[in-house]
Amino acid sequence: MSSPGLYIHVPFCRSKCPYCAFYSIASASLILRWLNAFREEISYYKGHFDEFDSLYLGGGTPTFLEVRDLAGMMEQIFTHFDFARDTEITIEANPCDLTREKAKSLMDLGFNRISLGVQSFEDNELSFLGRRHTSMQSKKALMDLRSFGFENIGVDLIYGFEGQTLEGWVKTLKQAIEFKPEHLSCYQLTIEKKTLFGRLNEKGMLTPPDEEKERIFFLATSNFLKDHGYMHYEISNFARNDSLISRHNCKYWHHVPYLGLGPSAHSFQNSTRRWNIGSVKKYCEMLEGGRAPIGGYENLTEEQLSLEKVSLGLRTKQGLDLKKIPRNPELNNMLLRLQDSGFLKIINDRILPTRKGFLVADSLPLYLV
Amino acid sequence: MHEIRNFSIIAHIDHGKSTLADRMIQKTGLVDERKFRDQILDTMDIERERGITIKSQAITLPYTNDENKEFELNLIDTPGHVDFSYEVSRALASCEGVLLLIDASQGVEAQTLANLFAAMEHDLEIIPVINKIDLPSADIDRVKEQIEIDLGLDSDLAVLCSAKDGTGIEDVLEAITKHIPPPKGRADEPLTALIFDAHYDPFRGTVVSCRIFSGKIRPGDTMRLMSNNATYKVEEVGVFRLTREPRDSLSAGEVGYILAGIKNVSDTKIGDTITLHSKPAAKPLPGFKKVKPVVFSSIYPVASDEYQSLVDALEKYKLNDAALVYQKDSSAALGMGFRCGFLGLLHLEIVQERLEREFGQSIIMTSPTVQYRFLLTNGETITIDNPIYYPDPVTIQKSFEPYIKASIYTPERYMGAIMDLCSERRGTNSKFHCPTPGRLEIQFDMPLAEVIYDFYDRLKTVTQGYGSFDYDLLDYRENDLVKLDILLNGEKVDALAQIVHRDRARTRALVACERLKEEIPRHLFKIAIQGAIGGTIIARSTISPFRKDVTAKCYGGDITRKRKLLEKQKKGKKRMKMIGSVSIPQSAFVAVLKSDSK
Repeated sequence: MSSPGLYIHVPFCRSKCPYCAFYSIASASLILRWLNAFREEISYYKGHFDEFDSLYLGGGTPTFLEVRDLAGMMEQIFTHFDFARDTEITIEANPCDLTREKAKSLMDLGFNRISLGVQSFEDNELSFLGRRHTSMQSKKALMDLRSFGFENIGVDLIYGFEGQTLEGWVKTLKQAIEFKPEHLSCYQLTIEKKTLFGRLNEKGMLTPPDEEKERIFFLATSNFLKDHGYMHYEISNFARNDSLISRHNCKYWHHVPYLGLGPSAHSFQNSTRRWNIGSVKKYCEMLEGGRAPIGGYENLTEEQLSLEKVSLGLRTKQGLDLKKIPRNPELNNMLLRLQDSGFLKIINDRILPTRKGFLVADSLPLYLV
Repeated sequence: MHEIRNFSIIAHIDHGKSTLADRMIQKTGLVDERKFRDQILDTMDIERERGITIKSQAITLPYTNDENKEFELNLIDTPGHVDFSYEVSRALASCEGVLLLIDASQGVEAQTLANLFAAMEHDLEIIPVINKIDLPSADIDRVKEQIEIDLGLDSDLAVLCSAKDGTGIEDVLEAITKHIPPPKGRADEPLTALIFDAHYDPFRGTVVSCRIFSGKIRPGDTMRLMSNNATYKVEEVGVFRLTREPRDSLSAGEVGYILAGIKNVSDTKIGDTITLHSKPAAKPLPGFKKVKPVVFSSIYPVASDEYQSLVDALEKYKLNDAALVYQKDSSAALGMGFRCGFLGLLHLEIVQERLEREFGQSIIMTSPTVQYRFLLTNGETITIDNPIYYPDPVTIQKSFEPYIKASIYTPERYMGAIMDLCSERRGTNSKFHCPTPGRLEIQFDMPLAEVIYDFYDRLKTVTQGYGSFDYDLLDYRENDLVKLDILLNGEKVDALAQIVHRDRARTRALVACERLKEEIPRHLFKIAIQGAIGGTIIARSTISPFRKDVTAKCYGGDITRKRKLLEKQKKGKKRMKMIGSVSIPQSAFVAVLKSDSK
């Protein structure tokens, strides 16, 4: 688990989804320039990391790129970085990009894991979410991927938005598991400030569900997927078994080093977190001018590292090592109290959050540190 | 040679006293336009923000009138709030006349009246000044009518001005020179000087502001305070310009300052008489009394390891505020702290704000209370200013609480609302007086405890800002007083206890439970808030736990954001007080007294 991971942020989309706060631009005009700049960026980090055992193309929409561009990128990556034999190689895919040809070529390009942005199997919900594909396209994409031999498919879903009923959501879940995906990410909709939804919400034009509804949806999701053989290993993530957990994403949650390339990508190594500039244009300009496209960095103090460890640990099934929590006189009483109230379990010196604990994982750390 | 005029300005808050003072300073050429800072007499930030003057101070203005006579006009500033009525009376005692400043659109207010009566008691010459005549809503005729009928003054003497745009300032200055008599008293008699203010200068010690009634004082003299016979060597005397201006001496009739190496402001008492050790006056000037605190509250550091820092801050603060009294105190819930006595609620708020702002303290203040008296079955009478010390109920024979005479001045149409408010606050024995058509003065006898928290705010609300309020302490009266305990998750929190009238206990308990419910943030656990008398629960409310707050995504960039939020929350939590497993924000301790109607 300690090998580093490599993340590539592909900052292009066919169109912007109203809920999404990840950096991307809805234009293809800068793709070629960006690909050249990306090549430059790789050269800065050659030899700085150990052998990677995960590669993740996210975004944005990596599948928005032409196959030949993806091929060019992969070639650069494999030329300049070392990878373990069993490296997990994931690409985030949008159903509307996945023609049979493209789906097939992803296998040829070396991807062994697909994270498919299905979001919902209800077409009215898809249009509320501003998605350009239909549920039919998602189903077709899933069948195609399977037929080309992908054995690790993740389905990404969004739930908990206004107008959605619990029945509607469970219907989507049911349709998702019919394809027996190895992995499911179920994200409760977060209204982010710098998105269209954020602006609408500020004007009072959205009615996000209340806390109780969110809680019910969250528990229903967890229950349903558990009943169908998935383990709930992180707040929003489910896998068929331990070996199908997203190896790459786990690195974020356990302070394992990772290198992020592309605009707005974050890297973490030796207590330092660094991030790239969140603009394709500036990213290109900097690299063209012979500079690394760094937007900022922070050196984490011991206290900050431990605060992150606690807060991240409480979001995962593995929990955290009791010894990692800075001692304070109230800690033992508080742990017992939290255990009695059903927020966590303490087993073999590890603090393991329960589902009730998952529900309040944002504030739970405040009770421990 | 110049003549002297000593005067003060009486005004309701917002009627433009500070602006008028500024204009006079400007007009007399004490300061050039460029250096002019608005509202020079209000030197402290808080006062500036609140638009009120708290510490009285003086300034000497040179002025040549239209008959070409030279004058030194001593403007003695007075605090503008009911809490400081004694300071006002000492400032007035130092004058021969006052400007009665009235807002042309608002007319006469209760507070103005109270100070006006004080001025009349001192036999001062009163010059009505009608300000804000530039306002479209100005009604000069009506104000003149009020001056004639309501105040019984000659409205022909009234000077019209607008301090804001500078109109009529010359007329005000002329009126001062012509209508206010020069001071009496001879320089060859023994020294009597009235202390009307004192403040602390970190380099020179206490700066005593005084009015010389007779005799003369020079640097090198040994002065004596007549209340306690303490003596000090005079280092410097002078007058207040924009800064201190040393003089060779201060003589009868003059107003100025004395520096005598006095370490603490509290060593000097406002109203005390200074005389010379070598040639003392036969008796002090009349009217000295010790200022007694009427409102009490405890101050605790939020973090117990900040206690020493609070000790230092209070010591420093006290240098400049003789009216604050404090002593060590401790609470089971809040740890070590101080029990403090204040002149009133405004005084309390000023202390709180200055400790936090100027001295960087993070403090918790408990809900303010008054001094109660209990006659015990063994015949002993005890006085307590802290609910913690409420005696065992079986030993209480009789309980007493302080009463005030509240005077409320209001437009007639709010009478009903005021009657409701006052009866809700246990007001009795109401008296009405109708000074002018449409205006009403209502007097009530009311327990002081009922007005110390938000009475003034509530009055302002129910009268849409038109009502004003003033009070005098009356006496102690017998009432059935009980201790209301507040329990959080079954645990008594001593710092939240109050002493209340038995008939009002349930209402007050419900209000306290509701307020705490609003003030205490939701926790992971349910929080039960209970109000109890003795062992009987009489009110309760519950803060339901939050059950879902987790955000869905936590990848690369989200981690930093999430940690920063946690760091902020952690800091916020540090400013709260942990009682058991409940984090209580500072504001909650005072909020228990807030009434519910907004």
